[in-house]
Amino acid sequence: MTEYLLKRLAQVVPTLVFVSMLIFGLQQLLPGDPAKILAGEEQDPSVIAHLREKLHLDEPLPIRYAYWVGGVFRGDLGESVRTQQPVLELVLQKLPVTIQLGLMAFTIALLIGIPTGIAAAVGRGTWWDSAANAVALWGISTPNFWLGILLILLFSVQLGWLPASGYVSPFEDWRANLASMIMPAFVLGNALAGVLMRHTRSAMLQVLSSDYVRTARAKGLNESTVILKHALRNALTPVITLGALELGTLLSGAVLTEQVFSIPGFGKLIVDAVFNRDYAVVQGVVLVTATAYITLSLLADLAYFVVNPRLQS
Amino acid sequence: MAVVLPTAGALRRPVAAGPWHRALRQLLRRRAAMFGLAIVLLFVAMAVFAPWVAPQDPVATSWGAIRKAPSAAHWFGTDEIGRDVLSRVIWGTRASLLAGVVSVSISLLLGVPIGLAAGFVGGMVDALISRLTDAFLSCPFLILAIALAAFLGPSLSNAMIAIGVSATPIFVRLTRAQVINVKVEDFVEAARALGNPPWRIALRHVLPNVTAPLIVQATLAIAAAVIAEASLSFLGLGQQPPDPSWGSMLNTAKNYVDQAPWMAVWPGLAIFLLVLSFNLVGDGLRDALDPRQI
Repeated sequence: MTEYLLKRLAQVVPTLVFVSMLIFGLQQLLPGDPAKILAGEEQDPSVIAHLREKLHLDEPLPIRYAYWVGGVFRGDLGESVRTQQPVLELVLQKLPVTIQLGLMAFTIALLIGIPTGIAAAVGRGTWWDSAANAVALWGISTPNFWLGILLILLFSVQLGWLPASGYVSPFEDWRANLASMIMPAFVLGNALAGVLMRHTRSAMLQVLSSDYVRTARAKGLNESTVILKHALRNALTPVITLGALELGTLLSGAVLTEQVFSIPGFGKLIVDAVFNRDYAVVQGVVLVTATAYITLSLLADLAYFVVNPRLQS
Repeated sequence: MAVVLPTAGALRRPVAAGPWHRALRQLLRRRAAMFGLAIVLLFVAMAVFAPWVAPQDPVATSWGAIRKAPSAAHWFGTDEIGRDVLSRVIWGTRASLLAGVVSVSISLLLGVPIGLAAGFVGGMVDALISRLTDAFLSCPFLILAIALAAFLGPSLSNAMIAIGVSATPIFVRLTRAQVINVKVEDFVEAARALGNPPWRIALRHVLPNVTAPLIVQATLAIAAAVIAEASLSFLGLGQQPPDPSWGSMLNTAKNYVDQAPWMAVWPGLAIFLLVLSFNLVGDGLRDALDPRQI
């Protein structure tokens, strides 16, 4: 276990170094002088000079990178040009909203994806399989911002059951919070459900053809016990670890979903930053996202290693 | 020992179908894939013949026809400044298909040579490329595309570059994995034993044998790129107004969902159908090119 952990950590460190280089390198894509671009439309010479000094723009590129990475290690991801707030503070303010949205979406995806995946595998070749595949294709092919608009049209405009946009903190009013988050969570979970359904179907098909399942059937156990107690338990492990790696899909989807439903989360932060040319915020969001993804991948790998005795041997 | 030469008749006898021929036959038998292909071809025809198919100018405004519901004059209705939604959907096909094909071409042009080098050369080159690929893959696809598009500036061409670059690591990883499997095959050893230089072995013997999964991945990547372009245009980072794009049409439509729902229905349906079709073709190709099927 320790050896495996060290090996994985040894892979993570260079990846993080390259991620930091990639994100720092984004600034180099700006056409022209970054200080002038970041100074905004007024082009105040004192602001330009201040930015040039602050961003060490007169220094060579490697030195600038070293300053930037040093700042990242101290928790300094820069400052928002628009609000003058530290980027890390802004990100930490918005993160809980997106985490709640992500967790609700992941739960919905599990509730749709796993039962349909089981149904597809158990009834392979039947109409159950076709219906479950249709659910998966629907999830994968539907743009979530379109689904969001359609749900607003149905549940907010036509039926008046749910609010079309906005966010209420769960600490203020948990019912209003649920009402404002259920549609966005469904929209976000819908795409992931398709992916989870496909993982579940393929894992279940593999497990159902294994010897121990055949033995369980030969012992005369009824089919539901064989499927739910023997097959599902083993099939779910890779599904959940693979599902955890879909964090990227969730975060990408959250950007659009939060935009449609005007939810003040992480995704809306990056979009607003893009339009305000607040490049430090854009870099900060990408850095935090990538670091979260790397950490979660590592945890998913370790969890898989812990629950899979064959890997340990 | 007498040598038996083949007769002229034997030479003319049809050769047993190759794996590609058999894969094509498998694909033709899959109804879902054929349905997908038909829809894709329909969209391609719409994009090519847009000037003749579209009933009206997609950017012509009409203040007398603002947010009109679907009718005989405007089959899909009109938008907030009186433009014909059907014409804009038809012209919007160009942006979506162009973005899908161009960005995946960028990914292939960058990803395949890099993946080939990593898998074939191995050692430090492989380690370096693999860690770089991991770094790119750590940034969620759309978030990286948004960041790139933001720094490059909003336009359809920059969106295509951003999507293409963001999708490249998947092709690097896929090519590398396939090359590692193929380079230990006997025919590659034989080519090496015959004295072929490494570049020739890589290009003439290894690369042609890793194309099947790349074709499948490219088809599925076009579907993802179509959604990504629509997403960037929805956020205002892709096709710029007044040029039509399904994503930017949906961005406007969300502000009028209670007054003019048709503005949202048609462009979204077009994205869904095109993406679904590419996914169906991709799934069909994956099954048809599966060695267990061939």
